[in-house]
Amino acid sequence: MVIFHYDKTFEGLLSAVFDAYFRKTFPDKLLGLEEIDPLFVDENYTVVTQKDKAERVWKALKKKLSSNACNMLTYVWLSELEESDRLIFQYIRKVFDSEVSIELNLIDDDILQVRNLAQKVNKERLRMIEFVRFQKAADDIFFAPISPDYNCLPLIIQHFKARFADQKWIIYDIKRDYGFYYDLKTVTEMTLETTSLFPGGKLNEALMAEDEKKFQQLWKAYFKSTTIKDRINPKLHCQLLPRRYWKYMTEKQ
Amino acid sequence: MTDNILEKLKILAESAKYDVSCASSGTSRKNIPGGIGNTAGWGICHSFTEDGRCISLLKIMLTNYCIYDCAYCINRRSNDLPRATFSVSELVELTIEFYRRNYIEGLFLSSGVVRNPDYTMERMVRVVKDLRTVWKFNGYIHMKSIPGASEHLVHEAGLYADRLSVNIEIPIEQNLKMLAPEKDHASVYQPMLYIQQGVLESKEERQKHRFAPRFAPAGQSTQMIIGATNENDMKILQTSEALYQRPSMKRVYYSGFVPVNSYDKRLPVLKQPPLVRENRLYQADWLMRFYEFKVDEIVNDQYPDLDLEIDPKLSWALRHPEMFPVDVNKADYQLILRVPGIGVKSAKLIVVSRRYGRITGDTLKKMGVVMKKAQYFITCKELPVHSVNEISPEYVRKTLTDSSVSSSKRFVTQQLSLNFP
Ligand code: SF4
Repeated sequence: MVIFHYDKTFEGLLSAVFDAYFRKTFPDKLLGLEEIDPLFVDENYTVVTQKDKAERVWKALKKKLSSNACNMLTYVWLSELEESDRLIFQYIRKVFDSEVSIELNLIDDDILQVRNLAQKVNKERLRMIEFVRFQKAADDIFFAPISPDYNCLPLIIQHFKARFADQKWIIYDIKRDYGFYYDLKTVTEMTLETTSLFPGGKLNEALMAEDEKKFQQLWKAYFKSTTIKDRINPKLHCQLLPRRYWKYMTEKQ
Repeated sequence: MTDNILEKLKILAESAKYDVSCASSGTSRKNIPGGIGNTAGWGICHSFTEDGRCISLLKIMLTNYCIYDCAYCINRRSNDLPRATFSVSELVELTIEFYRRNYIEGLFLSSGVVRNPDYTMERMVRVVKDLRTVWKFNGYIHMKSIPGASEHLVHEAGLYADRLSVNIEIPIEQNLKMLAPEKDHASVYQPMLYIQQGVLESKEERQKHRFAPRFAPAGQSTQMIIGATNENDMKILQTSEALYQRPSMKRVYYSGFVPVNSYDKRLPVLKQPPLVRENRLYQADWLMRFYEFKVDEIVNDQYPDLDLEIDPKLSWALRHPEMFPVDVNKADYQLILRVPGIGVKSAKLIVVSRRYGRITGDTLKKMGVVMKKAQYFITCKELPVHSVNEISPEYVRKTLTDSSVSSSKRFVTQQLSLNFP
């Protein structure tokens, strides 16, 4: 069995692809740097992550794949699922080893899996675009905590930057403890020093802008008034608006 | 903002909720420097009510006072209910503040008729105009045109709104007159025509000058109330098909009648809104818009009403066993699209990927095909052969309804209690 160890970054994974082609040995298993080898190892190789190698692989991929397929690979990576790196590696190998474009060959299990997983991540990305709720803080920053199943925060930043260009905002992934701050010009990645700002998914009341509570109250009232009682359907409701997001949604608090 | 705004919001949201059109798709609008928001082009739902409808827009009435007395409407003048009116600035501020918090995708503005159609329409136009010009708001705006409003007001509305709608409500004129004596089809079709003209003219203008103003770029929509009068599904769907043939008509919505004024003897007595029927109509509408079905394939003199137990596509397939089984490895896209259990997405996947090799039942499953249904209507070599022809449509129908019987049967029995006076 051939084992590759790498630093579990996307760049690292692409570097691993580069090295594999260079050395002409391909891993049966991809492990983190600290992870312990399984019992029967024939070959053990540690990848050194290098930006230029990663870039060369990515560039080569872009030549052979549509931008949509390249995006899918990013999405699969951000799924953070256990086997997603192996899947991406396999996919890239199939791309490089084939003369013709393979991205529509959904009869191939790896290719179909990449597509299906990317679609799941995309679904959550869209849900975040829909369900993110901003709360206005006293310093005029609009603040939105989230905790998606997949790491889709980087995928929604462009949307919010284009949409809320004239207000400062922070979207913060509480589960992964990082976020992005938009200051009316650029978006910067950031980490908060304390998470006590938002106990239970809500901005600390002492930090709220003067009007904030009022608008939350108005929104809740609107949400309630717009339900048609003769048609209430709790099962459908939960299917469309999964419970795990409620914590951050003003109307469900 | 005044303090009674909360009360007004409750009243006017409550009054607007029975209007079903609420989607936000169809235009994209970029943020302009110094402005608020953009429009994504695809439908974004920001929340879902407990009855399972999507909230994408702040759906609200400017006022729920009304001089008319439509039998199916909660806001009719003969009802004794709390009334309220928003000022233009209140409504504008509410829209902006909700939008900034990502609660909504934009505004859907309707109104009861006060004084006369034009007076009402003028105030509504002021709201959307302020949003666009004073606040530089680029979110989605859907405005309902008041039946009977004059052309210049409809035209002005179209300059600021993404979509305009005029509700038909009842597909047969005579039935409309019975329930809404002050309205007639002419007062609905006339503004529809203005909107259509506006859309077409602006399209033409914009081909000549790129910066010519856009007019209701997301087109128009309308809604029909289902089950308040005795039209059958054929009449309803034929009306929809005729509407879709008009160049600017984008969506027809079906609103299962909710008995809000049960005292009115002109209305049917219902235990529950006809939810299954409404759902079947949406499915049929979907078949016309995305599956290349003609209306008379779905409903006709022989089958004037949709089957409540099974969806209209399955229903069509069971009436046409001679079309099946379809070979997924060879058949045309259009034919694959007609297989129950195969949607637009999976049909496309099948067609692009079969060039690479043979598609098997396993691949189909992973592509999202509902094999429980599809198996009777397809062949792909290694599948056991038990097509609809061999085991008969009746048997397939029975097998497919048995498992889901509990929930849909319950609805069906409730629906059968619908009786017309
Ligand atoms: S005109 Fe509109 S608001 Fe007035 S009663 Fe008729 S449906 Fe209701």
